[in-house]
Amino acid sequence: MITATLQRIGAVGVFLGRVLAQCGPALLRPRAVVHQIYNAGARSLIIIMLCGLFVGMVLGLQGFDLLQRFGSEDALGVAAALGLLKELGPVVTALLFAGRAGTALTSEIGLMRATDQLTAMEMMAVDPLRHVVAPRFLGGVIAMPLLVAVFNVIGLFGAQLIGVQVMGVDTGAFWSQMQSAVELDDVNEGIVKSLCFGIACSLIAVYEGYTAKPTAEGVGLATTRTVVISSVLTLLLDYMLTAAFLGR
Amino acid sequence: MSDTVVKVSDLQYRVAGRAIFDGLDLEARRGRVTAIMGPSGTGKTTLLRLITGQVKPDRGRVEVFGQHVASLRKPELYALRRRMGMLFQNGALLTDLNVFENVAFPVREHARLPEAVLRQLVLTKLHAVGLRGAADLMPAELSGGMARRVALARAIVMDPELLIYDEPFVGLDPISMSVIVRLIRELNDALGITSIVVSHDVDELASIAHHSYLLSGGKVVADGSPAQLRDSPLEVVRQFMSGEPDGPVPFHYPAPDYHAQLLGKHEVGRSGDRS
Repeated sequence: MITATLQRIGAVGVFLGRVLAQCGPALLRPRAVVHQIYNAGARSLIIIMLCGLFVGMVLGLQGFDLLQRFGSEDALGVAAALGLLKELGPVVTALLFAGRAGTALTSEIGLMRATDQLTAMEMMAVDPLRHVVAPRFLGGVIAMPLLVAVFNVIGLFGAQLIGVQVMGVDTGAFWSQMQSAVELDDVNEGIVKSLCFGIACSLIAVYEGYTAKPTAEGVGLATTRTVVISSVLTLLLDYMLTAAFLGR
Repeated sequence: MSDTVVKVSDLQYRVAGRAIFDGLDLEARRGRVTAIMGPSGTGKTTLLRLITGQVKPDRGRVEVFGQHVASLRKPELYALRRRMGMLFQNGALLTDLNVFENVAFPVREHARLPEAVLRQLVLTKLHAVGLRGAADLMPAELSGGMARRVALARAIVMDPELLIYDEPFVGLDPISMSVIVRLIRELNDALGITSIVVSHDVDELASIAHHSYLLSGGKVVADGSPAQLRDSPLEVVRQFMSGEPDGPVPFHYPAPDYHAQLLGKHEVGRSGDRS
């Protein structure tokens, strides 16, 4: 069990090296990368915006309920902004990305394997890692921080909607306290996390698709593994990155 | 220049302990159509994977254009594959590209041709397989026979010296089948290429092959012209050529005694394993 897990981690590491080696040539064909950013990013926008709105609204409600116990409801803007920028934005977006874009990537590449499309490329002396995997990996890595930014903006709107419009927090206090308390380092923390989650989720998705057993069951299992491994890895990475940023 | 394009010597290949090939020898000569026949499960497609370097043999040599395939590094293998074309059983067209772009794909990858020249080249190849009018269709809009013809156009677009066909007649209606049969021989003769066709369709292969090999039990059990194979005194050859259901290639997969198993003396495992 432990040996098999270590072997799998090693295989993913080697695969990452091979994909990174093909990212340079893939970037020379920007249209393919842009197409994959559209696939992974633009096509996930609706679900990201919807979830961002609801998460922000919940933050507004819970934050207000908590802060008013201490008479600090004016700090709702700061609490919502820090919560979204540093934690909820990157983490929830990564979990949604794994479920929406990650599964699409895995099943697409897995089906290409099952229908001999990848083998056909190899027979035409075209490396599928360069032509299929690298653009999709890059598309996912680039799309993730953009999706996190959208999630955060919509989330803040949701928190403001509930906190200010419904619960009656002062608009000026909500925005001004946020402006004065949120530092550039807080924004950077979110960007670093979203990049790390983007690399992890995209890597798992393309690896599982590329190594999927070329059967209907194999592709199904690979898709399930993508969601499970990406979700667990996202939360594990989140703890490690948070601990690193806090210097603990 | 050697007359032998593909030479397989003393090939041994095992999967999960089971010998797929055990001392296989065969060769394909330049400018000829070589047929590789055999019952299902004899490893015909595996042989093509060995010839094209997708898998490595446990023992023996596979030489293509005089190069030992298993010893080639990836760039050398890719250089060798640029001299080959392969038609897959299901066509293996890239589903996100239309017919024109599928045929243009290897050219765009390997040659920097002006768009006008590329267009002419692709349309010429599509015309050769009778599908110039289908250039704008997507693979999902093609019938099985049309998909295979598009795949054939893609396989010849780089003017390969060796064309490999993996079960090209499977699942085709009689008209599509006769079209593919005619195309294989015509392309071979017109382009002066070498063709290897793996199939178990005896009649179709007999009409186009210069030389045929019959595989069984991991070895070549007979080879020669289609007429020579038909006249072979060997039981296994006669069974295959005449399509008899039982013989040296048994109808039943090895199993315990039928009556004993029905009476419950041999349990069948939940996973289907026989005890």
